[in-house]
Amino acid sequence: MVTIIDYDAGNLTSVKRALDHLAVASTITADPAQVRSAERLIFPGVGQARAAMDVLRARGLDGALREAYARGTPILGICIGCQIVLTHSEEDDTPCLGLIEGECVRFRPGDPALKVPHMGWNAVTVTRPHPVLAGVQPGDEFYFVHSYYPRPREPQCICAVAEHGVTFPAAIGRRNFFAAQFHLEKSGPVGLSVLRNFAEWDGAGC
Amino acid sequence: MLSKRILACLDVRDGKLAKSVKFVNTQDIGDPVPAARRYYEAGIDELVFYDITASSENRGILLEVVSAVAAQVFIPFSVGGGLRTVADCSRVLLAGAEKVNVNTAAVKNPPLIAEASRAFGAQAVVLSMDVLRVPASPALPSGYEIVVNGGRTRTGLDAVEWAKRGEALGAGEIVVNSIDSDGTRQGYELALTRRIAEAVTVPVIASGGGGTPEHLYAVLTEGRADAALVASMLHFGEYTVQQIKTSLHERGLKMRMV
Repeated sequence: MVTIIDYDAGNLTSVKRALDHLAVASTITADPAQVRSAERLIFPGVGQARAAMDVLRARGLDGALREAYARGTPILGICIGCQIVLTHSEEDDTPCLGLIEGECVRFRPGDPALKVPHMGWNAVTVTRPHPVLAGVQPGDEFYFVHSYYPRPREPQCICAVAEHGVTFPAAIGRRNFFAAQFHLEKSGPVGLSVLRNFAEWDGAGC
Repeated sequence: MLSKRILACLDVRDGKLAKSVKFVNTQDIGDPVPAARRYYEAGIDELVFYDITASSENRGILLEVVSAVAAQVFIPFSVGGGLRTVADCSRVLLAGAEKVNVNTAAVKNPPLIAEASRAFGAQAVVLSMDVLRVPASPALPSGYEIVVNGGRTRTGLDAVEWAKRGEALGAGEIVVNSIDSDGTRQGYELALTRRIAEAVTVPVIASGGGGTPEHLYAVLTEGRADAALVASMLHFGEYTVQQIKTSLHERGLKMRMV
């Protein structure tokens, strides 16, 4: 059973629909107790760092998520769930969860033709093999919508990169936590295959 | 580097395709849900549903279509037509659409763009504009005017100014639909698309006039568009998604090849 964390973050139902399509049982919850005891967690999201952190704290979900991480629960972050797991975000100068040391920074392309938000399909290159990214081929494209990107302090936390004026981390992972900046649930068959990998992952990563 | 996107637009009336869609080995499908699934499987990058339902009592049917599409199609799609309030937008987003398209309602009530953008994020709000070529004048310096109600009503708004205002209000993307080119299949309005693309920083989607891959190539390069919307050239079965993408890819454009 996959537990999807509800913190008013937009794409919960899209993630649920994708899991339904894969015949993976899932439930959506805002209850910290259910997050603590979950077998497997998805931490999705679309939105702003500050607002997301405020809701997580108000619902006591920040502590529950840290506990689940410490217990070894396999956790998948998506989009903002790949950003606010770091120590800090430049977006509204927001202190974040700190599951992985590092900062979330804004795209500042020198070329005006490169737009922010980075929105659309882009190729993702796996830089460090991870069970959740198994089967992703060079040149496979995923759907992105974001203005900030994660920059973990430890380079070994970077699992995949993409290019938008700068080479940026597109997927990060540490121990039982894995996160993608792109939207697996909206990236067609290859996105669904990564989501299925997560549903079968034992949490032993890197 | 981002790929150029190809969007397929499906017009829906009372829950059925307004124009039937032909696929290889399949004829005239009236149901938008399997049509959407086939385009998804063929590798389309995004879908747009435009609701042209006339009567308000049948509008609820659209939500059923949106919800059925969302259960089968795992790429972004947007819904437009008849969305007048934030509550209207919220309903289609909750039913599973990624984005809403606002057009006439945004011209009549520009704060709708800002309200929707605050409520759902700029990435969820697409400003769609119908544009008519007119003689340039002090009131319409670009020589392009915004029209509404399917092109029947002129507004006196300059298209370039309206695009900039839409972006400032919080639109995350802009669809530029040329009324002059729409339905002609003689090519997109390149000068117009380029004017808008150079005036805003959000992605611009060209619409109206696409008939051949060459037309898409021109608007994605010379016209500076980030994406191109196609309808009849796909629906009539003259081209497949694969043929269009391969043609653009061979000419050096970065496309998502599946």
